Amino acid sequence: MSATPVQTAAPRWLGLWPAAMLTLFFLVPFGIMLAVSVAHRDVSGFYEWSFEWDSYARFLSAFFGKVMAVSISVSLTAAAICVALAFPFTVFLSNMGHRAQTRILVVLLSALALSEVIIGFSLSTLLSQTAGIGNLFHWLGLIDEPRAYTPSLFALITGLCYIGFPFAVLVLYPPVSRLDPEIVEAARVMGASGPRAFFGVIVPNLRGAIVGAFILVFVFTLGSYLLPQLLGRSEHWTLSVHITDQAVYQSNLPFGAAMSVFLMLVALALVGLASLAGRERGAA
Amino acid sequence: MTELRIDSLSKDFGTFRALDSVSLDIPNGKFVCLLGPSGCGKTTLLRLIAGLETPTDGRVYVGGADQTEVPTHKRGMGMVFQSLALFPHLDVADNIAYPLAIRGVDKATRRARAEELLELVQLPGLGSRRIHQLSGGQRQRVAIARGLSINPQVFLLDEPLSALDASLREHMQIELRQIQQRLGVTTVVVTHDQKEALTMADLVIVMKDGVIQQAGAPMELYHTPANAFVAGFIGTTNLMPCTVADGVVSVLGHAFPITEGDRIAITSGEAQLSVRPEHVLLGAPDEGLPAEVSFLRDLGESLHVLMRVGDQEITAHLAPGHGHDLVTGQTVGIRFRDGEKVVVQ
Repeated sequence: MSATPVQTAAPRWLGLWPAAMLTLFFLVPFGIMLAVSVAHRDVSGFYEWSFEWDSYARFLSAFFGKVMAVSISVSLTAAAICVALAFPFTVFLSNMGHRAQTRILVVLLSALALSEVIIGFSLSTLLSQTAGIGNLFHWLGLIDEPRAYTPSLFALITGLCYIGFPFAVLVLYPPVSRLDPEIVEAARVMGASGPRAFFGVIVPNLRGAIVGAFILVFVFTLGSYLLPQLLGRSEHWTLSVHITDQAVYQSNLPFGAAMSVFLMLVALALVGLASLAGRERGAA
Repeated sequence: MTELRIDSLSKDFGTFRALDSVSLDIPNGKFVCLLGPSGCGKTTLLRLIAGLETPTDGRVYVGGADQTEVPTHKRGMGMVFQSLALFPHLDVADNIAYPLAIRGVDKATRRARAEELLELVQLPGLGSRRIHQLSGGQRQRVAIARGLSINPQVFLLDEPLSALDASLREHMQIELRQIQQRLGVTTVVVTHDQKEALTMADLVIVMKDGVIQQAGAPMELYHTPANAFVAGFIGTTNLMPCTVADGVVSVLGHAFPITEGDRIAITSGEAQLSVRPEHVLLGAPDEGLPAEVSFLRDLGESLHVLMRVGDQEITAHLAPGHGHDLVTGQTVGIRFRDGEKVVVQ
């Protein structure tokens, strides 16, 4: 037998499959969006193909600058809260028995099956004046009058965290459960108290996973457009809400597309920065 | 004064009793090996000493002070874990000096101490390396250095060499023993490898099913095992059921007179006879217990002769130059060297 090239398990053309999918479902729609964003708006309801910067120029105003800032701050806050809650939770979870871990993960996964609509309306009921926790607090004597907690920034962040939390746990769970438990014990024997071992050994060793969970929740909540309308006031409307508003209700597709392009660029930049920070600190 | 004292320590995991009322006195500066098969409770005992487990019953004293209620991080012990548990996010020097950093020692002193310990474990100048840049043996040394960085009263090691290949392992056994002798630190090592225990220890504690079977110097355990389990676990031996009566040990229908030097714990009735392979002698079939040679294994340094008497297997190790006329299937007569018979329960 002469030496023949070793056959890999899959034929080479199979590698084209993901490329084709990526082109069909990502690059083509993105190209259309780019093209629409420089198209000319036809006030009668649609757009004409052309090349003009009007939509982008309109976006560069104080109003939309503020909207952008609100969108990013809301998502950053939600991501920070989710990771701050999900990380200790996951560490705790990974120390539990195998059966308990499976059950809790199944419950978390089933929370993912709830649609944003159900979560939004449930929370707005729970936080309302007539049927919500305000009533409960009044009944307990904590507050003088039943009050509503929605719409508010608090309600919005709560909703976003409800959605983001299971994702954060799912991203954190594999690396956390793989962490050598003897590393923590070693720190304990060498004199580190519980909190010190947690922040000095567990957190730095899982920096990559923490950054990953943060990015995922950030990007995920950045695209949310239903919850800000259901649970937030109009000043909490995120860019996604305004994109929907422009594209669907104002029939201004070019402007909606321009905002989408901008949102995507900002999100990419932030993700790039975060992963860069995660990598550098991890290797330092 | 006794450095480390274990007083009727027990540990239950649910309904399983991992450690059953174990008591031990370990003198200052001794090297102790906890030896036994997996599940014998040796690791549990080590973890109880470190405070990583809470005893169901009993106390732990270090230098006369009761440590039972003291939390792990305040016991001031050094420990090397089976997985080594080095911190991947710190460099070698920071790993070694981690216990010092916890105690608020300044950076310059920490670096100096780390370098001093690196010289002790023969890795000078590697302080700024990352853990993943080290070989298995180097990581082993770093873990040992880290365990010693605060000059602990007690140095604990849980199967520290099990990840190394055989030749490096033997080398590290000798080196670990030399380091311990130089520092004089009271050391407790968990191992399932009896050769490792014999190489390093002043005192070997043989455990089984959560109970200490025998504690003693290595050669004491080798020559005078307390029971059949210890006889079989320390070194290799032939264990045969026997009956003892009137100065005679009867094995498989053949009577061997008890001679001076034989260790006879049971003077009458049913017992077990243990004879090391190097003390099994072969002669003509009528000179002893007749046995059939079933296999010959020539290792150059010695010739292993495997024999059968009915269902009982008996092995003899012959010195070089002996037994070259033996053939498989031949019948020989087995005798035991005078003073080398050990009768135990």
